[in-house]
Amino acid sequence: MRKAFIDELCALAAANERIVLMVGDLGWSVVEPFADRFPTRFFNAGVAEQNMTGMAAGLASEGFHVFSYSIANFPTFRCAEQLRNDVAYHGLPVTVVSVGGGLAYGALGYSHHAVQDYALLRTLPGMRIAAPGCPMEVRACLRHLVTNPGPSYLRLGKAGEPAQHGAPPALQSGRWLPIKSGQGRRALLATGAALAAALEWQARSDHADCAVYSLPLWGMDAKGLQAEQIAAFDEVIALEDHLSDGGFGSWLLEAASGAGLAGRVRLRGLDARVCGEVGSQATLNRLGGLTPT
Amino acid sequence: MNSIELARRIRLHALRMVHAARASHIGSALSIADILAVLYAPEQGLRLRPADPQWSERDRFLLSKGHACVAVYAALAERGFFPLEELQTYGRDFARLMNHISHQVPGVEFSTGSLGHALPFGVGKLLAARLRGESWRCVVLLSDGELNEGSNWEALMFAAHHRLSQLTVVVDANGLQSLTTTAETLDLGDLATKFAAFGCAVAEVDGHDHAALRGALLAPLPEGESRPRVVIARTVKGRGVSFMENEVAWHYRSPSDAQLAQALQEIGDA
Repeated sequence: MRKAFIDELCALAAANERIVLMVGDLGWSVVEPFADRFPTRFFNAGVAEQNMTGMAAGLASEGFHVFSYSIANFPTFRCAEQLRNDVAYHGLPVTVVSVGGGLAYGALGYSHHAVQDYALLRTLPGMRIAAPGCPMEVRACLRHLVTNPGPSYLRLGKAGEPAQHGAPPALQSGRWLPIKSGQGRRALLATGAALAAALEWQARSDHADCAVYSLPLWGMDAKGLQAEQIAAFDEVIALEDHLSDGGFGSWLLEAASGAGLAGRVRLRGLDARVCGEVGSQATLNRLGGLTPT
Repeated sequence: MNSIELARRIRLHALRMVHAARASHIGSALSIADILAVLYAPEQGLRLRPADPQWSERDRFLLSKGHACVAVYAALAERGFFPLEELQTYGRDFARLMNHISHQVPGVEFSTGSLGHALPFGVGKLLAARLRGESWRCVVLLSDGELNEGSNWEALMFAAHHRLSQLTVVVDANGLQSLTTTAETLDLGDLATKFAAFGCAVAEVDGHDHAALRGALLAPLPEGESRPRVVIARTVKGRGVSFMENEVAWHYRSPSDAQLAQALQEIGDA
C-alpha cells in the first residue's frame, strides 16, 4: 500500500502544483520519490506532530492540499486538537496519512497500535475516512481526495497486500465495493486492511454463503447511504482492524439504527484484550477476534 | 484616525461588549489594545483592504489568545470590515462575533480559543507565501502564559530553521495567567534569551508605547535578516482601567453598570 500511495501521490502532484507532502520525520524508503521530484513541496516538520498539523492547516488555508504523513497514532492522537480545531473546523484540505493502521506494527507494542483512530476521526464533522483495503483502493482513494479536497484521513496498512481490483475502482463515500458475490443473504463488509480478514472468513465453510464488500471511503456524512445497502441483507458483518468500541462497526450500527436495521449488523472488530499485547499482526488479529482461530 | 485614537475606541468598544454580554476576559483585551491599534492603524499599519478581506497580498494577522477577541472585533469594525453596529451582537445566540475569535468574521483569518494553535498555523501560511514567492508578512499575537504550550516552541524551531523572516511573533507579556502570575505558574525566565536561543531576532518594548511598538513590529527588515522576528511587548493586563489593572479577577469578571461607567470615564468616553 505504501508504494501505491507514493507512486499515486507523485502522479497527482505532477499534475497539481497545490499538492504538498509534509512528514513528521518518518517515511524512510517511502517518501523519497516525492521529495526528490518535488523538493520545494516536501517538508520534514521534525518530530513535532502538533506543529506539523497546525502548519498543514495553515498551508491549506492558502489554497494548498497538504498530506501530513506519519505512522500509527502520531499524526492523529498526538495532535488530535489540531485536527479538530485547525483542520476539521476550518474545513481545510489536509489529508492526514497514517501508515501502520491497525496492528501492522504489532511487534512494536501498544504505542504503535493504531486501533482507536477511527473512533477519534469519525466524530469530527466533515472528516472523510479513507481506509483502502488494497493498493488499487489506495490509488482510488487518493484520486477521490484530490478531486474532492477537504479534511480527510488516509489509513494505510503495511506493504504487500494483494490487489482486489483490476484497476482503481470508482468511489463514492459510503458506497460499498463488491469484492466477491455470495449465495446467501449475508455480507462481510470490511474497511481498510480488514478486507483480507473478510476474505479469510469467506473461505471458511461457515461463511461461504457471504458476499464480500469493501468500504474504503466513509465518514459522518456517508451514514445516509447505509440503510439501503444493509437492507439487501439479513446480516451484515462489519470487519475492522480497530477496537470494536467506537469504530467502523459502531458507525454502521449508528447508521442502521435510524432505519430500524441495527439488528442486522454484527461487529467483528478487535477485542480490547489486544491492548498491551505484543506479537505479529496475524497473531494479534487472531487474538482480538478479527480473524478465525 | 491615528493609532492612539484607535486604541481608545478599541477599549471603549471592548468594555461595552463584555458588559452587555456579561462576558469574561476584558483584562486580556485591554492588555492588547495598543498592539492592535498599531497593527490596524489605517496609516503605517498592516497592509489590509477592509472592502476585500481576502485580498491575496494582505498581511495576515492571527490572534492566538482567542479569548481577547473583543479587541480584534472592535479594531476590525473601526476599520470597516463590518458595521460598528454589529459589535452589539457580540456573544448573542448564533452571533458570528462569538466569545473566542471566529473565522466567520470578515477580516479574521483563523479561529482560536485553545492556546498554542495560531503560531503553527501562521508558519504554515508563510510556507505558502514562500512557495508562491509572495512578500506579505504574518503577525501572530500570543500571550505570555500561552508560552507554556510546547507547540509554540515547535513552531519557532521550524520557522527559524526555514528562515521565515516574514514571521512576526508578538508576545503580550503582561505577566499574569489564569490563576496567578506567570512567574509563580511556570517561570518563563529570561524570555528574550530563550527566543534568541531558538534562532529569532528579538526586541523588547513597552507594549503600550505606540512609537516603540510601530518600530518593533512594522519596520522593514534589516538588510540580510533571515530570522523570524519576536517582539516581547511588556504590557499591563487591564491597561487603562485603574481597578482592572494587574488583577487576575478581570480575566473572569464582567463589569457591573457602575464599573462600566467608571471604566468608560477613565478611558475617556467622549
